Amino acid sequence: MSAFFKSFAPKSSGDLARIGVLIALAALILFGALRYDNFLSPFNILSFLRYNSMFALIALGMALVIMTGGIDLSVGAVAALASVVSALLSPISWYAGLAGGIGAGLMVGLLNGLVITRLRIQPFIATLAAMLAANGTALLLANNQSVSVSYDTGFTVIGQDDFLGFPIPAWIALAAYILGWLFLERSPSGRHVLAIGDGEQTAALMGLKVERTLLGVYAVSGLLAGLAGVILAAQFGAGQPTEGVGWELFAIASVVVGGTLLTGGSGSVGATLAGALLLGMVFNVLNFENGLGWISLSAYWQSVIRGLFLLVVVVLQARLTSKSTA
Amino acid sequence: MTMTDTSLKPTATTASPLQLVSRYGVFVAFLALLVFNIAVTPNFLSWQTLNVNLTQVATIVIVATGMTLVIATGGIDLSVGSLMAISGALAPMIFMGKLLPIDNMALAVTLAFIIPVLVAAACGWFNGFLVTHFRIQPIVATLVFFIAGRGIAQVMTNGNLQVFKNPPFQFIAMGHIAGIPAQVVLMVVIAILAYCLIRFTVLGRQIIAVGGNEKAARLTGIPVRRVKTFVYVISGALAGIAGLIVVARNSASDANLVGMGMELDAIAAVAVGGSLLTGGRANIFGTLMGALVIQLVRYTLLANGVPDAAALVVKAGLIVVAVFIQQRADRS
Repeated sequence: MSAFFKSFAPKSSGDLARIGVLIALAALILFGALRYDNFLSPFNILSFLRYNSMFALIALGMALVIMTGGIDLSVGAVAALASVVSALLSPISWYAGLAGGIGAGLMVGLLNGLVITRLRIQPFIATLAAMLAANGTALLLANNQSVSVSYDTGFTVIGQDDFLGFPIPAWIALAAYILGWLFLERSPSGRHVLAIGDGEQTAALMGLKVERTLLGVYAVSGLLAGLAGVILAAQFGAGQPTEGVGWELFAIASVVVGGTLLTGGSGSVGATLAGALLLGMVFNVLNFENGLGWISLSAYWQSVIRGLFLLVVVVLQARLTSKSTA
Repeated sequence: MTMTDTSLKPTATTASPLQLVSRYGVFVAFLALLVFNIAVTPNFLSWQTLNVNLTQVATIVIVATGMTLVIATGGIDLSVGSLMAISGALAPMIFMGKLLPIDNMALAVTLAFIIPVLVAAACGWFNGFLVTHFRIQPIVATLVFFIAGRGIAQVMTNGNLQVFKNPPFQFIAMGHIAGIPAQVVLMVVIAILAYCLIRFTVLGRQIIAVGGNEKAARLTGIPVRRVKTFVYVISGALAGIAGLIVVARNSASDANLVGMGMELDAIAAVAVGGSLLTGGRANIFGTLMGALVIQLVRYTLLANGVPDAAALVVKAGLIVVAVFIQQRADRS
């Protein structure tokens, strides 16, 4: 695991940004711990992790896509679609619901990859279309309303229960991040992802299987979004065709806050997790601040504050990168 | 895959079939949809159908016109929907006197038209500032206002629905000029102005040049930063106007909903209309046609009993096919 933390060690300006997100996260946790009584209570920590695991999963897929220089706008709609599919299949058995949701996500992801590599359509357009299609399919399957999951087959365990005192969604996200880190830092294919982001033509000339890698990356992004959708359905007891609006941009923001440049070619899995947790914690801190009763900030402030966070981070990043190249 | 051989033949005078499809496909699709509807959809040829379709498409075209200019410089503007929410939240606050007490109603309504558009334009300027001054990628720079902008509108109104009845203000959406809905007139005027900007002005040429090759544009002395900032300001201002139209049409302003998803509708219209997202091209007329085709597809499906959700899937297919044909034609 020490290498996991070493991946934060500074090598370039991008790494400085990655350290920045860790410092910001630590500062926010410290701020919360000193200011609010129950901020570090097990209840708050566990419910925070339970809820934010979905966003962490989507951010991981997005990070991999962005490292190749692409983008995946479909993840929010895919999560909604997967939540509907898994809710519809949950009466059969819990693993049918799980497999159905993941399968739906994987299918959209593969479709994205095929449209991008075979038809050579820009990722932005291809995944925008997939977003519309997934959204429409989810509404059709769900008949425009939320679909209740079955409570008899144990499907809700995936979202609501604990394992070894830790929420199951958090275990899933943790496992995904460790696998993602191993893939990126320890496998040849992971290095291919970064090489493609650095320059697709160069990577192709070096003999890397560009198309196959891209296909895989979009498939993984879809799969993780599908998993997030399963957790969504299991946690809230319903498949929700209209959920997930704006999740893709939240995920992009997490990746950017985590110091991964949208141009591709660099990035870190660990810092992406920190970015997702940081943006999620803004909401958590806001709740506690309201609980103190001195000021009353409505929930609407959270998007303003998240936007400001994003602004500060990207401006700092821009400053750092322009200094290092100057 | 057999299309690749077209690259061998084209001469100066004859365009390949693919190029013809690319150039006129959106018109053909539009005509085909018209013919289909006249034949199949009951009561299609009526003023009401025309009005419904044109009023629904007006806001998309207005926003997509700004988006076309931004995309022509190689950028993108994700903030338009949120800026619509800000402008839509501001206008009722001004003429209902919540912001500052104004006794003169005519003045209040005038300000309700001007201030929200100026604020949206200022937000657009900020987008441009981030893009040009800090060299932040447009998609990230405008993401800031996409996330924060709607929050600002919600905070301003505390998330409450503002219901109002103000005929002078609502003229922008309810009124008619020579029998034509005011918003449709506005849409046409804006599209024509943008067309003239691109076609006949130096600034228009500079926008295309910046998108075509930014480095070359800078070396030829084009003020790249100023040109880029300009397109984001215009995009913001047009989003502001669209926000006014939406709230005037609904007699209500809901910061949670105004302009929701508009950025994607506008980008889709631009893409179907033939301006590639890579920049260097601004086909305003194509954008108008793209928006009309998307709207007409949706109307055709709805009028014939296909659920709205299925229309989304069809729209997705339409976008992919349109972009695919254009890219192929470009390469040949």
